[in-house]
Amino acid sequence: MKLREIAHARSGDKGDTSNISVIAFDACDFGFLAEHVTAGHVAQHFSNTITGTVARYELPALGALNFVLTGALGGGVVRSLALDTHGKSLSSALLELELPARGAPSSPP
Amino acid sequence: MGDVAAGSPILGELLVRTIRIGSGAGYSGDRIEPAIELAESGNLDYLVFECLAERTIALAQQDRLKDPQGGFDPLLADRMKAVLPICRKNGVKIVTNMGAANPVAAAQATRDIAKALGLTGMKVAAVTGDDVLAQARASDVALDEGGSVKALGNRVISANAYTGAAPIAEALAGGADVVITGRAADPALFLGPLVHEFGWAMDDWDLLGKGTMVGHLLECAGQITGGYFADPGVKDVQGLARLGFPIGEVREDGDLVVTKVAGSGGQITRATVTEQLLYEIHDPARYYQPDVVADFSQVRVEEVGPDRIHVTGGSGTPKTGLLKTSVGYLDSYIGEGEISYAGANAAARGRLALDIVRERLALTGVKMTESRFDLIGVNALHGDGLAEGHDPYEVRIRVAGRTDSFAEAVKIGNEVETLYTNGPAGGGGAWKSAREIVGVASALLPETVVTSSVTFMEA
Repeated sequence: MKLREIAHARSGDKGDTSNISVIAFDACDFGFLAEHVTAGHVAQHFSNTITGTVARYELPALGALNFVLTGALGGGVVRSLALDTHGKSLSSALLELELPARGAPSSPP
Repeated sequence: MGDVAAGSPILGELLVRTIRIGSGAGYSGDRIEPAIELAESGNLDYLVFECLAERTIALAQQDRLKDPQGGFDPLLADRMKAVLPICRKNGVKIVTNMGAANPVAAAQATRDIAKALGLTGMKVAAVTGDDVLAQARASDVALDEGGSVKALGNRVISANAYTGAAPIAEALAGGADVVITGRAADPALFLGPLVHEFGWAMDDWDLLGKGTMVGHLLECAGQITGGYFADPGVKDVQGLARLGFPIGEVREDGDLVVTKVAGSGGQITRATVTEQLLYEIHDPARYYQPDVVADFSQVRVEEVGPDRIHVTGGSGTPKTGLLKTSVGYLDSYIGEGEISYAGANAAARGRLALDIVRERLALTGVKMTESRFDLIGVNALHGDGLAEGHDPYEVRIRVAGRTDSFAEAVKIGNEVETLYTNGPAGGGGAWKSAREIVGVASALLPETVVTSSVTFMEA
Protein backbone atom coordinates (compact mmCIF):
# COMPACT_ATOMS: atom_id res chain seq x y z
CA MET A 1 0.00 0.00 0.00
CA LYS A 2 1.17 3.49 -0.82
CA LEU A 3 1.06 6.33 1.68
CA ARG A 4 -1.12 8.27 -0.76
CA GLU A 5 -3.95 5.78 -0.24
CA ILE A 6 -4.51 6.95 3.34
CA ALA A 7 -3.00 10.44 3.56
CA HIS A 8 -2.53 13.72 1.78
CA ALA A 9 0.49 16.00 2.05
CA ARG A 10 1.78 19.54 1.46
CA SER A 11 5.35 20.76 1.30
CA GLY A 12 6.78 24.17 2.10
CA ASP A 13 10.24 25.71 2.17
CA LYS A 14 12.32 27.92 4.42
CA GLY A 15 15.87 28.35 3.21
CA ASP A 16 17.40 24.95 2.49
CA THR A 17 14.85 23.21 4.75
CA SER A 18 11.68 21.58 3.47
CA ASN A 19 8.74 20.61 5.63
CA ILE A 20 6.22 18.04 4.47
CA SER A 21 2.99 17.57 6.35
CA VAL A 22 1.33 14.16 6.09
CA ILE A 23 -2.35 14.21 7.03
CA ALA A 24 -4.55 11.13 7.34
CA PHE A 25 -7.76 11.31 5.31
CA ASP A 26 -9.33 9.58 8.31
CA ALA A 27 -7.89 10.73 11.64
CA CYS A 28 -8.40 7.16 12.93
CA ASP A 29 -5.38 6.19 10.81
CA PHE A 30 -3.06 8.41 12.84
CA GLY A 31 -1.72 5.51 14.92
CA PHE A 32 -0.93 3.50 11.80
CA LEU A 33 0.78 6.50 10.21
CA ALA A 34 2.75 7.23 13.36
CA GLU A 35 4.00 3.66 13.48
CA HIS A 36 4.90 3.26 9.82
CA VAL A 37 5.95 6.70 8.67
CA THR A 38 8.91 7.41 10.89
CA ALA A 39 11.65 9.98 10.43
CA GLY A 40 13.90 7.06 9.48
CA HIS A 41 11.55 5.88 6.73
CA VAL A 42 11.34 9.39 5.31
CA ALA A 43 15.11 9.86 5.42
CA GLN A 44 15.51 6.54 3.59
CA HIS A 45 12.88 7.52 0.98
CA PHE A 46 14.75 10.75 0.21
CA SER A 47 18.27 9.39 0.67
CA ASN A 48 19.24 10.41 -2.88
CA THR A 49 17.92 13.94 -2.65
CA ILE A 50 18.61 15.34 0.82
CA THR A 51 21.92 15.96 2.54
CA GLY A 52 20.68 16.73 6.06
CA THR A 53 18.47 15.23 8.73
CA VAL A 54 14.78 14.45 9.14
CA ALA A 55 12.80 15.40 12.25
CA ARG A 56 9.18 14.42 12.90
CA TYR A 57 6.50 16.23 14.88
CA GLU A 58 3.19 14.59 15.81
CA LEU A 59 -0.22 16.28 15.78
CA PRO A 60 -2.65 13.57 16.86
CA ALA A 61 -5.61 15.95 17.17
CA LEU A 62 -5.26 16.71 13.46
CA GLY A 63 -4.29 13.18 12.45
CA ALA A 64 -1.10 14.67 11.09
CA LEU A 65 2.66 14.31 11.11
CA ASN A 66 5.05 17.09 10.15
CA PHE A 67 8.45 16.20 8.72
CA VAL A 68 11.28 18.71 8.63
CA LEU A 69 14.06 17.88 6.17
CA THR A 70 17.27 19.89 6.28
CA GLY A 71 19.63 20.15 3.32
CA ALA A 72 16.65 19.27 1.16
CA LEU A 73 16.55 22.02 -1.44
CA GLY A 74 19.94 22.25 -3.11
CA GLY A 75 20.76 25.38 -1.13
CA GLY A 76 17.22 26.76 -1.08
CA VAL A 77 14.82 28.35 -3.52
CA VAL A 78 17.04 31.31 -4.29
CA ARG A 79 20.10 29.34 -5.40
CA SER A 80 19.01 25.80 -6.22
CA LEU A 81 19.84 24.37 -9.66
CA ALA A 82 16.74 22.17 -9.55
CA LEU A 83 13.69 22.61 -11.79
CA ASP A 84 11.48 22.74 -8.68
CA THR A 85 13.54 25.12 -6.57
CA HIS A 86 10.94 25.31 -3.77
CA GLY A 87 10.60 21.54 -3.45
CA LYS A 88 6.82 21.99 -3.89
CA SER A 89 6.66 18.53 -5.49
CA LEU A 90 8.36 16.75 -2.57
CA SER A 91 4.90 16.13 -1.05
CA SER A 92 3.95 14.02 -4.08
CA ALA A 93 7.25 12.18 -3.83
CA LEU A 94 6.65 11.32 -0.17
CA LEU A 95 3.14 10.02 -0.91
CA GLU A 96 4.79 7.28 -3.02
CA LEU A 97 6.22 5.81 0.20
CA GLU A 98 5.41 2.09 0.45
CA LEU A 99 3.56 1.03 3.62
CA PRO A 100 2.74 -2.47 4.87
CA ALA A 101 -0.82 -3.59 4.18
CA ARG A 102 -3.08 -2.79 7.10
CA GLY A 103 -3.55 -5.77 9.37
CA ALA A 104 -0.12 -7.08 8.39
CA PRO A 105 1.82 -8.64 11.28
CA SER A 106 3.97 -5.54 11.88
CA SER A 107 0.99 -3.27 12.60
CA PRO A 108 -0.53 -3.00 16.05
CA PRO A 109 -3.65 -4.95 16.97
CA MET B 1 -14.83 49.45 12.67
CA GLY B 2 -15.83 45.95 13.63
CA ASP B 3 -19.24 44.41 13.77
CA VAL B 4 -21.08 42.84 16.59
CA ALA B 5 -21.15 39.12 15.96
CA ALA B 6 -24.57 38.38 14.60
CA GLY B 7 -26.34 35.29 15.79
CA SER B 8 -23.57 34.05 18.08
CA PRO B 9 -24.89 30.76 19.38
CA ILE B 10 -23.53 31.09 22.87
CA LEU B 11 -25.69 32.97 25.34
CA GLY B 12 -23.77 35.69 27.11
CA GLU B 13 -21.35 36.14 24.25
CA LEU B 14 -23.76 38.02 22.04
CA LEU B 15 -21.74 41.18 22.33
CA VAL B 16 -18.33 39.68 21.55
CA ARG B 17 -16.87 41.79 18.77
CA THR B 18 -15.80 40.16 15.54
CA ILE B 19 -13.78 41.62 12.69
CA ARG B 20 -13.48 40.25 9.20
CA ILE B 21 -10.09 40.20 7.52
CA GLY B 22 -9.69 39.20 3.89
CA SER B 23 -6.47 37.96 2.33
CA GLY B 24 -6.01 39.60 -1.06
CA ALA B 25 -2.69 38.12 -2.19
CA GLY B 26 -0.54 35.14 -1.26
CA TYR B 27 2.52 36.35 -3.14
CA SER B 28 3.72 39.27 -5.21
CA GLY B 29 2.41 38.06 -8.57
CA ASP B 30 -0.93 36.72 -7.32
CA ARG B 31 -4.29 37.15 -9.09
CA ILE B 32 -6.04 40.50 -8.50
CA GLU B 33 -9.74 39.69 -9.15
CA PRO B 34 -10.16 37.62 -5.96
CA ALA B 35 -9.08 40.69 -3.97
CA ILE B 36 -11.63 42.83 -5.82
CA GLU B 37 -14.27 40.20 -5.05
CA LEU B 38 -13.34 40.30 -1.37
CA ALA B 39 -13.44 44.10 -1.22
CA GLU B 40 -16.82 44.17 -2.99
CA SER B 41 -18.61 41.26 -1.37
CA GLY B 42 -16.59 40.09 1.63
CA ASN B 43 -18.20 42.46 4.14
CA LEU B 44 -14.64 43.10 5.28
CA ASP B 45 -13.10 45.37 7.86
CA TYR B 46 -9.56 44.77 6.54
CA LEU B 47 -7.99 43.58 3.32
CA VAL B 48 -4.41 42.32 3.64
CA PHE B 49 -1.97 41.80 0.76
CA GLU B 50 1.05 39.62 1.61
CA CYS B 51 3.53 40.01 -1.22
CA LEU B 52 7.07 39.36 0.03
CA ALA B 53 9.07 36.16 -0.33
CA GLU B 54 12.51 35.52 1.13
CA ARG B 55 14.46 36.99 -1.75
CA THR B 56 11.99 39.65 -2.95
CA ILE B 57 13.31 42.38 -0.71
CA ALA B 58 16.94 41.87 -1.76
CA LEU B 59 15.93 42.17 -5.42
CA ALA B 60 13.82 45.22 -4.55
CA GLN B 61 16.81 46.77 -2.81
CA GLN B 62 18.78 46.38 -6.06
CA ASP B 63 15.92 48.18 -7.88
CA ARG B 64 16.00 50.97 -5.31
CA LEU B 65 19.73 51.44 -5.81
CA LYS B 66 19.01 52.05 -9.51
CA ASP B 67 15.94 54.25 -8.85
CA PRO B 68 15.53 55.97 -5.44
CA GLN B 69 11.74 56.08 -5.97
CA GLY B 70 11.64 52.37 -6.88
CA GLY B 71 12.07 49.17 -4.90
CA PHE B 72 8.45 48.39 -4.07
CA ASP B 73 6.05 45.79 -5.42
CA PRO B 74 5.65 46.05 -9.22
CA LEU B 75 1.90 45.28 -8.97
CA LEU B 76 1.23 47.89 -6.27
CA ALA B 77 -0.30 50.41 -8.68
CA ASP B 78 -2.51 47.79 -10.38
CA ARG B 79 -3.74 46.50 -7.03
CA MET B 80 -4.37 49.90 -5.51
CA LYS B 81 -6.20 51.23 -8.56
CA ALA B 82 -8.41 48.14 -8.46
CA VAL B 83 -9.30 48.12 -4.77
CA LEU B 84 -8.91 51.65 -3.32
CA PRO B 85 -12.27 53.00 -4.58
CA ILE B 86 -14.12 49.88 -3.43
CA CYS B 87 -12.40 49.87 -0.05
CA ARG B 88 -13.24 53.58 0.41
CA LYS B 89 -16.90 52.89 -0.44
CA ASN B 90 -17.14 49.87 1.89
CA GLY B 91 -15.01 51.18 4.74
CA VAL B 92 -12.30 48.53 4.33
CA LYS B 93 -8.78 49.30 5.52
CA ILE B 94 -5.77 47.89 3.67
CA VAL B 95 -2.59 46.47 5.19
CA THR B 96 0.24 45.26 2.96
CA ASN B 97 3.97 44.60 2.82
CA MET B 98 4.08 45.76 -0.81
CA GLY B 99 6.47 48.49 0.36
CA ALA B 100 9.28 45.91 0.05
CA ALA B 101 12.56 47.88 0.06
CA ASN B 102 10.86 51.29 -0.12
CA PRO B 103 7.64 51.64 1.93
CA VAL B 104 7.71 55.45 1.83
CA ALA B 105 7.85 55.57 -1.98
CA ALA B 106 5.11 52.92 -2.11
CA ALA B 107 2.95 55.02 0.21
CA GLN B 108 3.56 58.13 -1.92
CA ALA B 109 2.59 56.21 -5.04
CA THR B 110 -0.56 54.98 -3.29
CA ARG B 111 -1.45 58.48 -2.12
CA ASP B 112 -1.00 59.77 -5.67
CA ILE B 113 -3.29 57.04 -7.01
CA ALA B 114 -5.90 57.86 -4.35
CA LYS B 115 -5.67 61.55 -5.28
CA ALA B 116 -6.03 60.78 -8.98
CA LEU B 117 -9.09 58.66 -8.22
CA GLY B 118 -10.63 61.53 -6.26
CA LEU B 119 -10.40 59.75 -2.92
CA THR B 120 -9.68 62.96 -1.07
CA GLY B 121 -8.57 62.65 2.53
CA MET B 122 -7.52 59.01 2.27
CA LYS B 123 -4.72 58.50 4.76
CA VAL B 124 -1.74 56.33 3.83
CA ALA B 125 0.93 55.25 6.34
CA ALA B 126 4.40 53.84 5.67
CA VAL B 127 6.04 51.65 8.31
CA THR B 128 9.83 51.72 8.19
CA GLY B 129 12.67 50.42 10.33
CA ASP B 130 13.08 46.89 8.97
CA ASP B 131 16.12 47.91 6.91
CA VAL B 132 18.96 46.96 9.29
CA LEU B 133 21.84 46.78 6.83
CA ALA B 134 23.93 49.26 8.81
CA GLN B 135 23.23 47.49 12.11
CA ALA B 136 23.97 44.06 10.63
CA ARG B 137 27.29 45.28 9.23
CA ALA B 138 28.20 46.96 12.51
CA SER B 139 27.43 43.90 14.61
CA ASP B 140 29.04 41.43 12.19
CA VAL B 141 26.28 39.00 12.97
CA ALA B 142 26.75 35.28 12.30
CA LEU B 143 24.64 33.66 9.57
CA ASP B 144 22.61 30.49 10.12
CA GLU B 145 24.11 29.07 6.93
CA GLY B 146 27.64 29.63 8.28
CA GLY B 147 29.97 32.59 7.85
CA SER B 148 29.10 36.13 8.77
CA VAL B 149 27.93 39.42 7.32
CA LYS B 150 31.50 40.68 7.54
CA ALA B 151 32.86 37.72 5.58
CA LEU B 152 30.40 38.46 2.75
CA GLY B 153 31.90 41.96 2.57
CA ASN B 154 30.73 44.07 -0.34
CA ARG B 155 28.68 41.19 -1.76
CA VAL B 156 25.98 42.09 0.82
CA ILE B 157 23.01 43.87 -0.81
CA SER B 158 20.47 44.09 1.97
CA ALA B 159 19.56 43.12 5.52
CA ASN B 160 15.94 43.30 6.61
CA ALA B 161 14.56 42.29 9.98
CA TYR B 162 11.14 40.67 10.22
CA THR B 163 9.20 43.24 12.22
CA GLY B 164 6.05 42.82 14.26
CA ALA B 165 2.48 44.01 14.72
CA ALA B 166 3.04 47.06 16.93
CA PRO B 167 3.94 49.66 14.29
CA ILE B 168 1.06 48.45 12.10
CA ALA B 169 -1.35 48.87 15.01
CA GLU B 170 0.18 52.30 15.65
CA ALA B 171 -0.44 53.32 12.04
CA LEU B 172 -4.07 52.19 12.30
CA ALA B 173 -4.50 54.03 15.59
CA GLY B 174 -3.22 57.12 13.78
CA GLY B 175 -6.14 56.85 11.38
CA ALA B 176 -4.47 55.19 8.41
CA ASP B 177 -6.78 53.80 5.72
CA VAL B 178 -3.83 52.06 4.06
CA VAL B 179 -0.75 50.74 5.90
CA ILE B 180 2.31 49.85 3.82
CA THR B 181 5.25 48.03 5.37
CA GLY B 182 8.54 46.58 4.24
CA ARG B 183 9.72 43.29 5.72
CA ALA B 184 7.01 42.86 8.34
CA ALA B 185 6.56 39.21 9.30
CA ASP B 186 3.71 37.83 7.19
CA PRO B 187 1.37 36.99 10.12
CA ALA B 188 2.02 40.44 11.63
CA LEU B 189 0.07 42.00 8.76
CA PHE B 190 -3.01 40.31 10.26
CA LEU B 191 -1.99 40.52 13.92
CA GLY B 192 -1.55 44.32 13.64
CA PRO B 193 -5.24 44.99 12.91
CA LEU B 194 -6.29 42.55 15.67
CA VAL B 195 -4.06 44.26 18.24
CA HIS B 196 -5.44 47.64 17.15
CA GLU B 197 -9.12 46.63 17.08
CA PHE B 198 -9.22 44.56 20.24
CA GLY B 199 -6.56 46.33 22.28
CA TRP B 200 -4.68 43.09 22.85
CA ALA B 201 -1.68 43.60 25.16
CA MET B 202 1.71 42.99 23.55
CA ASP B 203 2.52 40.55 26.38
CA ASP B 204 -0.70 38.55 26.18
CA TRP B 205 1.11 35.59 24.65
CA ASP B 206 -2.01 33.47 24.36
CA LEU B 207 -3.89 36.06 22.27
CA LEU B 208 -0.81 36.99 20.25
CA GLY B 209 -0.38 33.28 19.49
CA LYS B 210 -4.01 33.01 18.40
CA GLY B 211 -3.67 36.11 16.23
CA THR B 212 -0.49 34.72 14.69
CA MET B 213 -2.40 31.57 13.81
CA VAL B 214 -5.02 33.72 12.05
CA GLY B 215 -2.28 35.40 10.02
CA HIS B 216 -0.47 32.16 9.27
CA LEU B 217 -3.65 30.51 7.96
CA LEU B 218 -4.68 33.46 5.80
CA GLU B 219 -1.40 34.85 4.50
CA CYS B 220 -1.08 32.50 1.50
CA ALA B 221 -4.55 33.49 0.28
CA GLY B 222 -5.76 30.77 -2.13
CA GLN B 223 -3.69 28.05 -0.46
CA ILE B 224 -6.42 27.65 2.18
CA THR B 225 -9.39 27.83 -0.19
CA GLY B 226 -8.39 24.91 -2.40
CA GLY B 227 -5.32 26.18 -4.24
CA TYR B 228 -2.14 24.05 -4.04
CA PHE B 229 -4.46 21.20 -3.01
CA ALA B 230 -6.31 19.66 -5.96
CA ASP B 231 -5.44 16.14 -7.09
CA PRO B 232 -7.96 14.88 -9.66
CA GLY B 233 -9.89 11.86 -8.46
CA VAL B 234 -8.26 12.07 -5.04
CA LYS B 235 -8.86 15.61 -3.79
CA ASP B 236 -11.12 17.34 -6.32
CA VAL B 237 -11.62 21.09 -6.17
CA GLN B 238 -14.13 22.99 -8.29
CA GLY B 239 -13.51 26.38 -9.84
CA LEU B 240 -9.76 26.85 -9.49
CA ALA B 241 -9.79 29.34 -12.38
CA ARG B 242 -11.97 31.65 -10.25
CA LEU B 243 -10.65 30.64 -6.85
CA GLY B 244 -12.02 32.72 -3.98
CA PHE B 245 -9.58 34.09 -1.40
CA PRO B 246 -10.18 33.57 2.32
CA ILE B 247 -11.85 35.65 5.00
CA GLY B 248 -11.04 35.27 8.68
CA GLU B 249 -13.86 36.09 11.09
CA VAL B 250 -11.91 36.80 14.26
CA ARG B 251 -13.48 37.38 17.66
CA GLU B 252 -11.83 39.52 20.29
CA ASP B 253 -11.03 36.36 22.28
CA GLY B 254 -9.06 35.07 19.26
CA ASP B 255 -11.66 32.58 18.12
CA LEU B 256 -11.50 32.08 14.33
CA VAL B 257 -13.77 30.96 11.52
CA VAL B 258 -12.22 30.77 8.05
CA THR B 259 -14.63 31.29 5.16
CA LYS B 260 -14.87 32.85 1.70
CA VAL B 261 -17.30 34.79 -0.50
CA ALA B 262 -20.31 32.62 -1.38
CA GLY B 263 -20.24 31.51 -5.00
CA SER B 264 -16.49 31.95 -5.48
CA GLY B 265 -14.43 29.00 -6.66
CA GLY B 266 -12.59 26.57 -4.44
CA GLN B 267 -13.49 25.11 -1.07
CA ILE B 268 -12.57 25.43 2.58
CA THR B 269 -12.52 22.12 4.40
CA ARG B 270 -10.79 20.53 7.38
CA ALA B 271 -8.25 19.15 4.92
CA THR B 272 -7.39 22.46 3.22
CA VAL B 273 -7.11 24.21 6.59
CA THR B 274 -4.96 21.47 8.13
CA GLU B 275 -2.56 21.51 5.17
CA GLN B 276 -2.20 25.27 5.46
CA LEU B 277 -1.83 25.21 9.25
CA LEU B 278 1.32 23.08 8.83
CA TYR B 279 2.60 24.89 5.73
CA GLU B 280 6.20 26.06 6.23
CA ILE B 281 6.06 25.16 9.92
CA HIS B 282 8.85 23.30 11.66
CA ASP B 283 8.10 22.54 15.33
CA PRO B 284 4.34 23.29 15.57
CA ALA B 285 4.75 24.18 19.24
CA ARG B 286 7.46 26.78 18.49
CA TYR B 287 6.57 29.00 15.55
CA TYR B 288 8.96 31.90 16.03
CA GLN B 289 7.54 35.33 15.32
CA PRO B 290 8.72 38.83 16.27
CA ASP B 291 5.90 39.30 18.81
CA VAL B 292 5.42 35.80 20.22
CA VAL B 293 6.40 32.17 19.89
CA ALA B 294 3.13 30.76 18.59
CA ASP B 295 1.99 27.26 19.49
CA PHE B 296 -0.15 25.37 16.96
CA SER B 297 0.39 21.95 18.54
CA GLN B 298 -3.07 21.78 20.16
CA VAL B 299 -5.07 23.32 17.33
CA ARG B 300 -8.39 21.76 16.41
CA VAL B 301 -10.19 22.20 13.13
CA GLU B 302 -13.93 21.71 12.83
CA GLU B 303 -16.39 22.18 9.99
CA VAL B 304 -19.31 24.33 11.15
CA GLY B 305 -20.94 24.91 7.77
CA PRO B 306 -20.25 24.81 4.05
CA ASP B 307 -16.90 26.55 3.50
CA ARG B 308 -16.86 27.53 7.18
CA ILE B 309 -14.10 26.07 9.34
CA HIS B 310 -13.80 26.84 13.03
CA VAL B 311 -10.20 26.79 14.24
CA THR B 312 -9.44 26.69 17.98
CA GLY B 313 -6.59 25.88 20.33
CA GLY B 314 -3.86 28.22 19.10
CA SER B 315 -1.75 29.74 21.87
CA GLY B 316 1.65 31.25 22.48
CA THR B 317 4.62 31.69 24.76
CA PRO B 318 6.88 34.75 25.31
CA LYS B 319 8.79 36.14 22.35
CA THR B 320 12.54 35.51 22.20
CA GLY B 321 13.61 39.14 21.77
CA LEU B 322 15.47 38.14 18.60
CA LEU B 323 14.34 39.02 15.11
CA LYS B 324 14.95 36.84 12.07
CA THR B 325 16.87 38.93 9.56
CA SER B 326 17.22 38.16 5.85
CA VAL B 327 20.59 39.10 4.42
CA GLY B 328 20.65 39.39 0.63
CA TYR B 329 24.01 38.95 -1.11
CA LEU B 330 25.48 38.35 -4.54
CA ASP B 331 25.93 34.60 -4.49
CA SER B 332 26.85 33.19 -7.89
CA TYR B 333 25.68 32.78 -11.48
CA ILE B 334 23.56 30.00 -12.99
CA GLY B 335 23.73 28.96 -16.61
CA GLU B 336 21.10 26.66 -18.11
CA GLY B 337 20.24 25.00 -21.39
CA GLU B 338 17.46 22.72 -22.66
CA ILE B 339 16.71 20.81 -25.87
CA SER B 340 14.09 18.18 -26.79
CA TYR B 341 14.03 14.81 -28.60
CA ALA B 342 10.96 12.85 -29.78
CA GLY B 343 9.89 9.43 -30.95
CA ALA B 344 11.39 6.00 -30.58
CA ASN B 345 14.64 6.05 -28.66
CA ALA B 346 14.01 9.62 -27.46
CA ALA B 347 15.28 8.85 -23.97
CA ALA B 348 18.45 7.25 -25.35
CA ARG B 349 19.14 10.29 -27.51
CA GLY B 350 18.44 12.51 -24.51
CA ARG B 351 20.93 10.60 -22.42
CA LEU B 352 23.47 10.73 -25.24
CA ALA B 353 22.92 14.50 -25.45
CA LEU B 354 23.54 14.88 -21.73
CA ASP B 355 26.72 12.82 -22.00
CA ILE B 356 27.93 15.00 -24.86
CA VAL B 357 27.30 18.22 -22.93
CA ARG B 358 28.99 16.76 -19.85
CA GLU B 359 32.06 15.89 -21.93
CA ARG B 360 32.04 19.26 -23.73
CA LEU B 361 31.88 21.22 -20.49
CA ALA B 362 34.90 19.25 -19.26
CA LEU B 363 36.79 19.56 -22.56
CA THR B 364 36.31 23.30 -22.75
CA GLY B 365 37.11 23.74 -19.07
CA VAL B 366 33.91 25.49 -17.97
CA LYS B 367 34.36 26.11 -14.27
CA MET B 368 31.25 25.00 -12.38
CA THR B 369 31.00 24.61 -8.62
CA GLU B 370 27.83 22.52 -8.95
CA SER B 371 25.81 21.08 -11.83
CA ARG B 372 22.90 18.83 -12.73
CA PHE B 373 21.74 16.93 -15.82
CA ASP B 374 18.00 16.19 -16.09
CA LEU B 375 15.56 14.49 -18.48
CA ILE B 376 12.06 16.08 -18.64
CA GLY B 377 8.95 15.32 -20.71
CA VAL B 378 5.45 14.06 -21.50
CA ASN B 379 3.64 15.68 -24.43
CA ALA B 380 5.16 19.09 -25.14
CA LEU B 381 6.36 18.36 -28.67
CA HIS B 382 3.47 16.79 -30.62
CA GLY B 383 0.52 16.54 -28.24
CA ASP B 384 -1.00 13.42 -26.71
CA GLY B 385 -1.79 11.46 -29.89
CA LEU B 386 1.69 10.48 -31.01
CA ALA B 387 2.81 10.11 -27.40
CA GLU B 388 0.45 7.13 -26.97
CA GLY B 389 2.26 3.90 -26.24
CA HIS B 390 5.74 5.34 -25.82
CA ASP B 391 7.35 5.52 -22.43
CA PRO B 392 8.40 8.23 -22.83
CA TYR B 393 7.58 9.62 -26.29
CA GLU B 394 9.73 12.66 -25.71
CA VAL B 395 12.42 13.94 -23.44
CA ARG B 396 13.77 17.39 -22.84
CA ILE B 397 17.26 17.53 -21.48
CA ARG B 398 18.14 20.21 -18.99
CA VAL B 399 21.65 21.13 -17.91
CA ALA B 400 22.18 23.66 -15.13
CA GLY B 401 25.43 24.72 -13.50
CA ARG B 402 26.63 27.20 -10.95
CA THR B 403 29.62 29.38 -11.78
CA ASP B 404 31.54 32.28 -10.32
CA SER B 405 31.12 34.53 -13.35
CA PHE B 406 28.46 35.42 -15.88
CA ALA B 407 30.80 34.59 -18.76
CA GLU B 408 31.25 31.02 -17.51
CA ALA B 409 27.50 30.63 -16.95
CA VAL B 410 26.80 31.60 -20.58
CA LYS B 411 28.99 28.72 -21.79
CA ILE B 412 26.70 26.10 -20.22
CA GLY B 413 23.65 27.01 -22.29
CA ASN B 414 25.86 27.44 -25.36
CA GLU B 415 27.07 23.84 -25.05
CA VAL B 416 23.46 22.63 -24.99
CA GLU B 417 22.55 24.81 -27.97
CA THR B 418 25.40 23.43 -30.08
CA LEU B 419 23.65 20.06 -29.90
CA TYR B 420 21.48 21.36 -32.78
CA THR B 421 24.27 20.72 -35.26
CA ASN B 422 26.65 18.58 -33.22
CA GLY B 423 24.39 16.29 -31.17
CA PRO B 424 21.93 13.42 -31.59
CA ALA B 425 19.30 13.25 -34.36
CA GLY B 426 16.20 15.43 -34.19
CA GLY B 427 17.15 17.81 -31.39
CA GLY B 428 14.71 20.76 -31.34
CA GLY B 429 13.58 23.73 -29.27
CA ALA B 430 16.89 24.63 -27.68
CA TRP B 431 16.70 27.28 -24.99
CA LYS B 432 19.37 28.83 -22.81
CA SER B 433 19.80 31.35 -20.04
CA ALA B 434 22.41 32.77 -17.72
CA ARG B 435 21.67 34.89 -14.70
CA GLU B 436 23.11 36.41 -11.56
CA ILE B 437 21.92 34.80 -8.33
CA VAL B 438 21.10 36.87 -5.28
CA GLY B 439 21.32 34.57 -2.31
CA VAL B 440 19.56 35.03 1.01
CA ALA B 441 21.04 34.05 4.34
CA SER B 442 19.40 34.30 7.74
CA ALA B 443 20.62 35.80 10.97
CA LEU B 444 19.14 36.65 14.35
CA LEU B 445 19.43 40.22 15.56
CA PRO B 446 18.33 41.56 18.95
CA GLU B 447 15.02 43.42 18.57
CA THR B 448 16.62 46.45 20.20
CA VAL B 449 18.50 47.22 16.98
CA VAL B 450 15.22 47.94 15.18
CA THR B 451 13.49 51.28 15.55
CA SER B 452 10.20 51.28 13.69
CA SER B 453 8.55 54.49 12.65
CA VAL B 454 5.33 55.44 10.92
CA THR B 455 5.04 58.17 8.28
CA PHE B 456 1.56 59.47 7.41
CA MET B 457 0.48 61.17 4.21
CA GLU B 458 -2.93 62.20 2.91
CA ALA B 459 -4.53 62.24 -0.53
